[in-house]
Amino acid sequence: MKTPEELKYAKTHEWVRFISDTEVEVGLSDFAQDQLGDLVFVNLPDVDAEAVEGEAICDVESVKAVSDVNAPVSGTVTEVNEALLDAPETINSDPYGAWLFRLANVTDTENLLDAEAYIKFCEEEAH
Amino acid sequence: MAEKTPLYEEHVALDGKIVEFAGYLLPVQYPTGVIKEHMAVREKAGLFDVSHMGEVTFKGPDALKNLNYIITNDYTSLKPGRVRYGVMCYDDGGCVDDLIVYCRGENDYFVVVNAANRFKDVAWIKEHLTGDVEFEDVSDQYAQIALQGPLSGEILAPYTELPMKYYSYIDTTLFGKEVILSQTGYTGEFGFEIYCKPEDAPEIWRKILEDDRVIPCGLGARDTLRLEASMPLYGHEMDATVSPLETGLDFGVKMNKEFIGREGIANRVNRHRIGIKITGRGIAREHCDVYVNDQLVGHTTSGTHCPYLNGAYAMALVDQAYELGTPVQVDVRGRKIEGVVTALPFYKKESK
Repeated sequence: MKTPEELKYAKTHEWVRFISDTEVEVGLSDFAQDQLGDLVFVNLPDVDAEAVEGEAICDVESVKAVSDVNAPVSGTVTEVNEALLDAPETINSDPYGAWLFRLANVTDTENLLDAEAYIKFCEEEAH
Repeated sequence: MAEKTPLYEEHVALDGKIVEFAGYLLPVQYPTGVIKEHMAVREKAGLFDVSHMGEVTFKGPDALKNLNYIITNDYTSLKPGRVRYGVMCYDDGGCVDDLIVYCRGENDYFVVVNAANRFKDVAWIKEHLTGDVEFEDVSDQYAQIALQGPLSGEILAPYTELPMKYYSYIDTTLFGKEVILSQTGYTGEFGFEIYCKPEDAPEIWRKILEDDRVIPCGLGARDTLRLEASMPLYGHEMDATVSPLETGLDFGVKMNKEFIGREGIANRVNRHRIGIKITGRGIAREHCDVYVNDQLVGHTTSGTHCPYLNGAYAMALVDQAYELGTPVQVDVRGRKIEGVVTALPFYKKESK
């Protein structure tokens, strides 16, 4: 399982890449995509939608089930990765390249974990 | 506490993702993933542990009479070496379970039932036995392995003789082990089911997997394969509230003989099982409301993304047999997505 050091993570298994102090890119962690299995459908949020930390903002579907994607921080959606609509499997093959959406005016970042803490969290959750 | 099948250690060794299903610990998928496992069965071959299935036997002078009374199908013409589908119904026509019957000889039958229904079925059957018949739950004496896919025959042929007809079986040996080998399955694909002693199962499993044309497949692919082939599953397309005719199992119900549930089935206001291809964006799962012209007409019973057809499909129980091509809307988590009534089965293998 890959967990890049330069990213932050939410306990709900989203990764966060800081573009600036108030702008982020969000995707699903390698642990998440592995747990979900083959992804076949992605619902992306609307641009300008308000993301609230810890609340569902969009969803992804594997062959088996639908799963909510939670906003790992609060902010405003500025862009969504429309390329994923036709190629949701990219999340499985390249989880840290396959960003879902970008947020601006970011707040509520204090619950994010660094890579080391996130790895530990996943190990505990797996048991 | 969930039970382990005789192949549990094999699944762990293969890094299967283990889940509890029908009281058993079974792999939902291996690291290959559901889509590759599904495609393996459509294009080459996949191996499934189905040891959780239940097996019971009816023997004695009144065995046939009991089958014909307890099950909706007619077994009078079923010859040794042949297999026939059927359903057990409650008096009101709802389904107790669906099953397949193997004729082992005159008044000697081997019946395979759903794992989750095993104890309910055994109790139901015992309540309704009449005359001179010996009924036994032999589930713990058998492991079951399914090899499914177009190459299944070529893969097994060097090690055994094969039953040549669909829904036939032979008693034979495979890798030197005694087995019942039937040309049956639950994937909509050519293939075989192997009944063996639990202690022989790991060796048979490993020997088959030595052939690199086969990969192990989990419950996830088993479900997408049966759904793509539109095969009903107890607890989804049928249950105690649904009659076998409503869910389209007419071929397995013989109304011209006496059996438990016959009047109940006849007296029902029939619903119909239809196929829906989702044309909008999204995937309909089970228990989604289905609308035609803004009228609620029923609900989905199963639905998923079908890997071989590469689209979202669902089966639904609705109030009437809508014509193919009728537009429908399916409520998926509060969002109505478009679909169209589509012929069942969604997938049918090419006949050879």
